[in-house]
Amino acid sequence: MEKTINITLKVWRQNGPKEKGRFETYKLDKVSIDSSFLEMLDMVNEQLINEYKEPVAFDHDCREGICGMCSLYINGRPHGPDDDVTTCQLHMRKFKDGQTITIEPWRSAAFPVIKDLIVDRRAFDKIIAAGGYVSVNTGGVPDANSIAIPKVDADEAMDSASCIGCGACVAACKNGSAMLFVSAKVSHLAMLPQGRVEGARRAKAMVAKMDELGFGNCTNTGACEVECPKNISLSNIARLNREFLSAKFQD
Amino acid sequence: MSKINARIPEGPLAQKWTNYKDHQKLVNPSNKRKLDIIIIGTGLAGASAAASLGEMGFNVKSFTIQDSPRRAHSIAAQGGINAAKNYPNDGDSVFRLFYDTIKGGDYRAREANVHRLAEVSNDIIDQCVAQGVPFAREYGGLLDNRSFGGAQVSRTFYAKGQTGQQLLLGAYQALMRQVNLGSVTMHTRTELVDIVIVDGKARGIIARDLVTGELQRHFGHAVVLATGGYGNAFFLSTNAMGSNGSAAIKAYHKGAMFANPCYAQIHPTCIPVHGESQSKLTLMSESLRNDGRIWVPKKKEDAEAIRAGKMKPTQIGEDDRDYYLERRYPAFGNLVPRDVASRAAKERCDAGYGVGATGLAVYLDFKSSIDRLGQHTIEERYGNLFQMYNKIVDENPYETPMMIYPAIHYTMGGLWVDYELQTNIKGLFCCGEANFSDHGANRLGASALMQGLADGYFVLPYTIQNYLADDIAVKRMTTNEPEFTEAEKVVKARFEKLMSIRGKRSVDSLHKELGLVMWDFVGMGRNKEGLQNAIEKIAAIRKEFWSNVRIPGNIPGMNIELEKASRLADFIEIGDLMARDALNREESCGGHFREEYQTPEGEALRQDDKFAYVGCWEYKGNDVEPELHKEELVYESVSMVQRNYK
Repeated sequence: MEKTINITLKVWRQNGPKEKGRFETYKLDKVSIDSSFLEMLDMVNEQLINEYKEPVAFDHDCREGICGMCSLYINGRPHGPDDDVTTCQLHMRKFKDGQTITIEPWRSAAFPVIKDLIVDRRAFDKIIAAGGYVSVNTGGVPDANSIAIPKVDADEAMDSASCIGCGACVAACKNGSAMLFVSAKVSHLAMLPQGRVEGARRAKAMVAKMDELGFGNCTNTGACEVECPKNISLSNIARLNREFLSAKFQD
Repeated sequence: MSKINARIPEGPLAQKWTNYKDHQKLVNPSNKRKLDIIIIGTGLAGASAAASLGEMGFNVKSFTIQDSPRRAHSIAAQGGINAAKNYPNDGDSVFRLFYDTIKGGDYRAREANVHRLAEVSNDIIDQCVAQGVPFAREYGGLLDNRSFGGAQVSRTFYAKGQTGQQLLLGAYQALMRQVNLGSVTMHTRTELVDIVIVDGKARGIIARDLVTGELQRHFGHAVVLATGGYGNAFFLSTNAMGSNGSAAIKAYHKGAMFANPCYAQIHPTCIPVHGESQSKLTLMSESLRNDGRIWVPKKKEDAEAIRAGKMKPTQIGEDDRDYYLERRYPAFGNLVPRDVASRAAKERCDAGYGVGATGLAVYLDFKSSIDRLGQHTIEERYGNLFQMYNKIVDENPYETPMMIYPAIHYTMGGLWVDYELQTNIKGLFCCGEANFSDHGANRLGASALMQGLADGYFVLPYTIQNYLADDIAVKRMTTNEPEFTEAEKVVKARFEKLMSIRGKRSVDSLHKELGLVMWDFVGMGRNKEGLQNAIEKIAAIRKEFWSNVRIPGNIPGMNIELEKASRLADFIEIGDLMARDALNREESCGGHFREEYQTPEGEALRQDDKFAYVGCWEYKGNDVEPELHKEELVYESVSMVQRNYK
């Protein structure tokens, strides 16, 4: 027999960005511990729909931990109590029978609530638009093997590039800083010869955009690294600081 | 004249694309600025097309239903991307990639398109490296390759188990660069709800703002659909929850042909279903079959003991294991194409040798590779996949074999397009998974990423100019034209109708019901009786949906249940089309397996004299049977033979 648990949920409900929010409590019985957290929320919504109530709005898509769409602050932790996973990969076996689970949206000035648990993360797109790329057009590029890149550099660039843009780092930070997100992209491209060319410009432009959009400052608490579902390292922030400083010296 | 003309250029196969480019019409830079292109979807095909067309100077409007273009489901592709670089010096070439793709598709793809795909494959790798995509490298600093199913060469480039993510981020970053430069306008959380046709040409769309619920009108000199596949008709699939076939259905309703809807790919290596609350299935990359060996117990009593939880797989000795793929297909072994591997798993499970609590699973075992290469190497190659498996199943795959079972993964069918990726509606183009053209009846691994980027970076940016060159004198229309007003009126009425039903059934409960019918009758094994049965059952679900669906909330504002209901209505239509197409196609080919047509060994048996055509379905109205048109498939450079992976 599959094992099930009964739980109580305290869920943040908010009709719109300007509306006042509140917690609502729901009881949910017979949740399979093999279900994912979002499948549990599907069950809550099915229950609410059957009672002719509005289901809880939450962001999700791939449900395999890579699209970065799911969010949720669960019992005070971004992406919940398991390590190195997004909410969609969190499973109910991490909770106890009879437990009360509190679910909130990301809370950050730069990520306003749209509805219930859904927030607006377009600020991240704006930061990437400011410089998070190599400025090459389609076509007319050299053969892929014309540049040799040391394996260690390529691997490290890959680690930085695995950021999924979910925003957990911002939500975890008491200052609401986006430094881990920005530094991951700056590092990924700075470590590759293709990206070095405009490294200085990129670091300055992305940091300036981050500041403009109302993200807070980094005070090196390290909460972002702890909560990052993809293990993006704090060393990226150190690299960003070096890139940024040397760019400023060049001015 | 027939309504479909593939317009394949003249000349020998290998010269067609070059000849086309040499003679096609182009649009000069000052005119590009005056032309608007609408692109729906921001996956590999949509993002790469939007970025490339923006760079050229066109005025691009890009739409996505997600909060950011980076969320598109291309991001979840794991294993890799094929190209004919022949860096490993193992005998690869453009022709061989072309040939493998045609053969892998069981001779049901269009030859000229597939050759073009193989030709541009190398440019894609160059482009991605220039963008900073961190592909895996050898110690010498050059790019590494691995093998995928259906090929005897190593031509797959990869970035850990996150190749789709890295390629999509490359395209996304190129797209955001154009947004910054002002050539692309980005519309997030906005869904296409209809296509506007003016004087027989696609001239715009009606879109719904998913935050406010408001309808919007957008004009474009051309409209490009890059909206992915329709695998979620099965409810459970490896697709993302939001992946849908609605854009394709809107185009179909406006007269665009839906081609080969029955060709759906069942991927052999997915994590098995755990229970009724399951919302989606997770893929374990095909790349795992490089180092994993697939088996079930040789003895039925062992399989029974495992199902009852009395025995562990590690307790079964080498001699008592049936490595059935290696046994049946010694030449390709565990790397047979997906359709072959999926059917072989189903065959073993149906015969009573399946494992796991449900008996619907087989093992994917890494023990011999770990012994040979060491755990570190396996971890380096597949670490993130092993972690994902561990989190979902709560078992350590380094110690005990993974359990896997086939699941719906990709749809080869889609909107019919000609050589230029234009549908039979002028000015309406379709690229990536959403079109039907390159994979025939079965797609090879690592070819979806190749096709998406080929279409978006290197094909559409050329071919769309051949159309737009005749449009340079067409001024931007206001969206007050009667065609826009009429389209918006119809859309508004449909949403109002959905909200007025106020029945008893949730959208998900109906979607699950549809999914079960699809899996049981339109899945891995299909037959005449089952398909006729499916068509009746789907009609009943459609009736139930339109009379008893329950959608809480209102039309204004964000209403996720309304979004889902609107997409489910379209999935029901797609399900019906899939069943009809499968019923019509009295042969087995690739992912389409009609039980009546198989060899004595249980392999797919094509009927080339009757079915060497693309089945194109034309909409004839609600509750009217669609009309079948045929595009005959002519092969000049390969001869159609029975696929052999033995």
